[in-house]
Amino acid sequence: MPEHSEHIVSPKIYLTIFLALILGTGLTTWAAFRNFGPFNIVIALAIATAKATLVVLFFMHARYGERRTRLVIVCALFWLAIMLALTLSDYQTRQPRMSRLISRAAYYAA
Amino acid sequence: MHRTGELYGQFQTLEQQKESATLGMWIFLVTEVLFFGGMFLTYTINRHYFFTAFGIGSNTLDITLGTVNTIVLIMSSFTMAMAVWSAQTGKKKLVPLFLILTLSLGCVFLGIKFVEYKQKFEHHLIPGRNFDITYRSSRPAPGDDPKEIALEKEEVEKALASDPDADSHAQLYFSLYFAMTGLHALHMLVGVGLIVWLIKASLRGRFTPQYNTPVEIVGLYWHFVDIVWIYLFPLLYLIDRHR
Repeated sequence: MPEHSEHIVSPKIYLTIFLALILGTGLTTWAAFRNFGPFNIVIALAIATAKATLVVLFFMHARYGERRTRLVIVCALFWLAIMLALTLSDYQTRQPRMSRLISRAAYYAA
Repeated sequence: MHRTGELYGQFQTLEQQKESATLGMWIFLVTEVLFFGGMFLTYTINRHYFFTAFGIGSNTLDITLGTVNTIVLIMSSFTMAMAVWSAQTGKKKLVPLFLILTLSLGCVFLGIKFVEYKQKFEHHLIPGRNFDITYRSSRPAPGDDPKEIALEKEEVEKALASDPDADSHAQLYFSLYFAMTGLHALHMLVGVGLIVWLIKASLRGRFTPQYNTPVEIVGLYWHFVDIVWIYLFPLLYLIDRHR
């Protein structure tokens, strides 16, 4: 098995990513004080996700790593998505029915 | 265990050994994603139901300390990445230097977190018997901004008038705040311990371009803890600042 040399990320790239992360922090704090209605949370999460992606790709070398590492990352996101999507959809759909049942019970009790 | 230099007996090459260790760390991080994911999910659902109380709780957090802490943690991630680079390129003197910088920034983060926790104790914002959401706005300290206090007082009174349980719901916010930031701080403490171990080894000159796996995988862990904070900061501190 030939030894393939590892990729060394240059300090220049690390510094660029660092500055981008600082910029993102400033931007998210600035945006938090402006009223974008329902989009405040969307903007905050979009900036956080962009920052996290930069950290994973460059600081954690996912961009240069093997495919197997990337597969593990995709798996993590996939399982996280299952947990979030199924639980939230359960809360989204079950609750109105629950409250209807409760109000009906209250009606019969009265 | 049988070992030749840095190569353990079960591996054929250093490359293979490093790939195995890195893969192991990534798989551990997957479990961590789901661990923290569960907490974020709990937070999201409760935030959805108790919108007002969570907003009030969030606005009591110190935005300056929070932002400074975010920057401190990002800087520590940068110095950690530089420590990995130094080890990979054989700059033996720089490795402990960057690790010590990372350690110091990590400790600064924990110190600021301690100050924030202390404030919450003083303001009666610890969930439990003595929790009192009206405490701070009804007893302003000399250093407080009177405008902020008046705004908070009005907000709290309005919330309590429309929802008699607002106090309990605010407790729920602070329970989640302490659970999530506490768990994050615990991860930081583990990271600090690991970095101390790395500093000791790096001072003995153990990390070389051929063998630097410990620096690399502790780096992965440290960056992950940074990512958790990248999400915690907007979700805990910034959700209702535009009032």
